Formats: sequence, structure tokens, C-alpha cells
Amino acid sequence: MPLNRESIGRDYPASASFEVGREQIRRFAEAIGDLHPAYLDPDAARALGHPDVIAPPTFLTVLNFRYAMEGPLADPALGLDYSLVVHGEQSFELHRPVRAGDVLSSTQTVTEIKDVGRNEFLVTATEVTAADGERVATLSSTIVSRGTAAPKDA
Amino acid sequence: MPTYAEVEVGHELPAQEFALQRADLVRYCGASGDFNVIHWNQRIATSVGLPDVIAHGMLTMATAGRVATDWVGDPGAVLEYGVRFSRPVVVPDDDVGATVTVAGVVEDKLEGNRVVVGLTATVEGRKVLMAARATVRLP
Repeated sequence: MPLNRESIGRDYPASASFEVGREQIRRFAEAIGDLHPAYLDPDAARALGHPDVIAPPTFLTVLNFRYAMEGPLADPALGLDYSLVVHGEQSFELHRPVRAGDVLSSTQTVTEIKDVGRNEFLVTATEVTAADGERVATLSSTIVSRGTAAPKDA
Repeated sequence: MPTYAEVEVGHELPAQEFALQRADLVRYCGASGDFNVIHWNQRIATSVGLPDVIAHGMLTMATAGRVATDWVGDPGAVLEYGVRFSRPVVVPDDDVGATVTVAGVVEDKLEGNRVVVGLTATVEGRKVLMAARATVRLP
């Protein structure tokens, strides 16, 4: 079944804010095997000009998973079969580093659905803002839905 | 720490090798919240046509990015980072796992002290990421 193109443009605001803590950043840094002091030691982060420990550039993937069940991929209206899904592309645009103490709001939006051969590409964007309204990051994720493109006339 | 003025297009960043083992995948499941079974359950991974358990694409992405952040010195200098996942990183259940080799090169210099770093991530000589690029701000 092809994905429902009426989903394009639909916004999915997260139901709660995402509070970033030092221990969570530490755990993520350890999981990616990167013990850079800016992730672990507030003094080292401050020496680089940051107000507190910062998160690795790909950290906000945690936020995407935190709200996945209320986002577009889990919306029955989209019609995505998760067993057919492959992660195609990912990008992070960081207006500033995520840091401990951030209280982040986010909204995920379906920005594009297109056929690529027999597959469909689903592109979503997640806009992340701080409590004071400052834009923090924009995530773009391309999910490949294998074999679900509508059949084409020969 | 490199400076914008001294860096030239074509400059090669120090390449690095990273080992990814099953325990690393389990740790990343917990830290990221991505518990997709293909990252820890061989029975299910092979039942959906994969050769074995595979690493999270996002773990491979994070790993490759280190060549850029280690070079810059301040990981907060990353302004943009994007990749295409071209091939799964298969992680066998042994004490070796997979070895990801990452190289980087300065592809472009932009205004505002920004530099574009192109990254190449390979496993056994085959690219696992395509179009992997980080834009960083240098002093």
C-alpha cells in the first residue's frame, strides 16, 4: 500500500518538553565511544566557551526516538509498515550545540513523500527549539519504505 | 586546533579505525532508545534477509563524525552533519566485530570561517556511508 500523500505538511508537535541532562549526555557519549571532555566535564566545556557540557552532534536522535510513538511514522493515517522500513538519509543542522540544562520543544513534520523506483522515500523534518524560543536544531530524516510505490502503467 | 586561514581545500584529516562489537550495539540501543531487534537479535535479523545483526546507521554516523570533531577539537563547532546510509554494517557475534575505517578531507571553504569536510566510511573496503559531509566553523 502506498503511503498517504495527504500526510505531507502535517505537523506532529511533541506532547512534552525534552530535558537534557549531564548524565544522559555522558551515557550517549559513552555509547558512541567518544569520551571527548566537552561531553563529560563542565569545566572542559566552559574552557571551549560553552555554558555546560554539550551533546555530540547526533545526540538529538534520542529526541526523535523519545517521541516516535506520537510522530508521523506511528500515525495509522500515514500507512507506514515499519517492517518494510530502512533508514535512508539523516542530517542535523545545529544552530548551536545542545547542552545540559536545555529544555527542548520539538515538532516533526512530513515534508515529502516520493516514489523512487518501486520504493517510496518519506522525508520528515524535526524543528527543535529551546525554552526561550531560540532555534536549536533542524533534523531531516529520510525513511525508505521498500516496495510500496503504486504500480505504474507500462 | 586548525584555523580557517591555514586550512586548504584538499587537506586530509587523520584517518581512524573504529571497532564495533555486539556490546557496542546493545549500549547504543539503551542510550538512543532504538531497540529495533535487527540490532541485537541474530535470529530475527537473518529471518528478514540480513546476513547477521547490523549496527544502527546512527551509530555508524556518530562514529564517522569523530574524524571531523577530533580534528576540529571542539565538537560544538559542527554546524551541519549529514549522511546517506548505503550499506549495512554487519556485526558478527565474535570478539572482533566490524572495523569501520573513516577518512576525511576538506572539500570546501565557505564564508564565515566555515569549512566542509567530506567523510569516507568503509568496512572491508566498501563504503557504508555516501555523501557524508560535516560543516564546521574554525577559529
